[in-house]
Amino acid sequence: MLKEIKALIDKEIKLELRQKYALNGMLLYIVSTVYVCYLSFRLKSNQIDKLTWNTLFWIILLFTAMNAIAKSFTQERFGRLLYYYTLASPVGIILSKIIYNTILMLVLSLVGFGVYAVVMGNPVEDMGIYLLSLVLGAVGFSSTLTMVAGIASKAENSATLMAILSFPIIIPMLLMLLKISKNALDGLDRGSSLDEILTLLAIDGIVLVLSVILFPYLWRS
Amino acid sequence: MKNNWYKFLAVGLLYYVLIWGFLGRIPRQPVLHETARNLYFHVPMWFGMFTMLSVSVWNSIKYLRSPQTLFDTKAAEYASTGILFGIVGIATGSIWARYTWGAWWTNDVKLNGAAIGLLIYFAYIILRGSFNDEQQRARISAIYNIFAVALLIPLLIILPRMTDSLHPGNGGNPGFKPMDTEHTMRIIFYPACIGWICLGYWITNLRLRLKNLEQIHQENN
Repeated sequence: MLKEIKALIDKEIKLELRQKYALNGMLLYIVSTVYVCYLSFRLKSNQIDKLTWNTLFWIILLFTAMNAIAKSFTQERFGRLLYYYTLASPVGIILSKIIYNTILMLVLSLVGFGVYAVVMGNPVEDMGIYLLSLVLGAVGFSSTLTMVAGIASKAENSATLMAILSFPIIIPMLLMLLKISKNALDGLDRGSSLDEILTLLAIDGIVLVLSVILFPYLWRS
Repeated sequence: MKNNWYKFLAVGLLYYVLIWGFLGRIPRQPVLHETARNLYFHVPMWFGMFTMLSVSVWNSIKYLRSPQTLFDTKAAEYASTGILFGIVGIATGSIWARYTWGAWWTNDVKLNGAAIGLLIYFAYIILRGSFNDEQQRARISAIYNIFAVALLIPLLIILPRMTDSLHPGNGGNPGFKPMDTEHTMRIIFYPACIGWICLGYWITNLRLRLKNLEQIHQENN
């Protein structure tokens, strides 16, 4: 099982590195979105308040995640998917996709955060917790969106569907992430975010378990 | 007659609610005054919506366990009756809010929860619309139904902690129970809930029968 997942993740990474334009495209996507926001707000220094700074960043991340993960099932051809179907178990496939997308999201959100902090200023006071919220966000977004991408890829207008299916169900996660990162931004005591972190871990757990249970049904069709 | 008892129950109870809801005595309360009668119409809508949506999810689970078209049509029809109840609930609540809180829409926990729930089910309907193949539609919409509801539950637990509610019984507001010392409201409210749920079941059954007839008609032509 573990071997299978490892092999599948290797395959995803190789595939990604072979088509560098997709990865570079996503990096450029987040960088240019940040820049568009920067110019739209016409920031001098520190004119934007912390709440807006934080919310804007998470909205950018959410859209980047949607774009990056939407292609995880449409990228490969139908015939190749059929080939995997004969080789690997559905649980292995969904777990490897989730892990791979988490890694991808981590890279994207760290690069995005770097660019964002450079152009928009960096008011974060508790860097450790903020980075932790980025990690938790990467795990949460990738696990939810991978499953939704699987659902949307079976339908016809999958780009629109991806958005309308995922937005309402990602809200609880987003609210928790905003709370944690806002606490980190204000440099509050770390204990005050503990409750939110645990809730977020619980939601991530629910999503993972559900994905493992439901994906076999999706994969069969 | 035997199978139609719920129709008589629905008609009887709803007549009772209509007549005594408008004529019966209600406790005198500041701010609420006569609008308290909306309790018999607004609140049962949510009970009805939750019942219909739970039945819908239950049918989705049954479909995944044994794929029969009947379960899928049931899941879809119960979901649309649930949406109907949700819309009427929001409409009655909005009017009530206008006269007691002074605004059509407030940033309230329950309003946000209801809105997100409706968004999920609108997405569900759109997802259903984007498949041509019946079996695939049935399976994938069942997967989304279960996945979305499982993520809606943490939201309903999380939201109340984010903001206070204006609703009775939340955020330090007194509920209806202590006001209703003479039980004049209770004896109408509980029958109202049962009556509306029976009506929802009736509507769904009519629609199921219509669907069935349409299918037979199509097969004959």
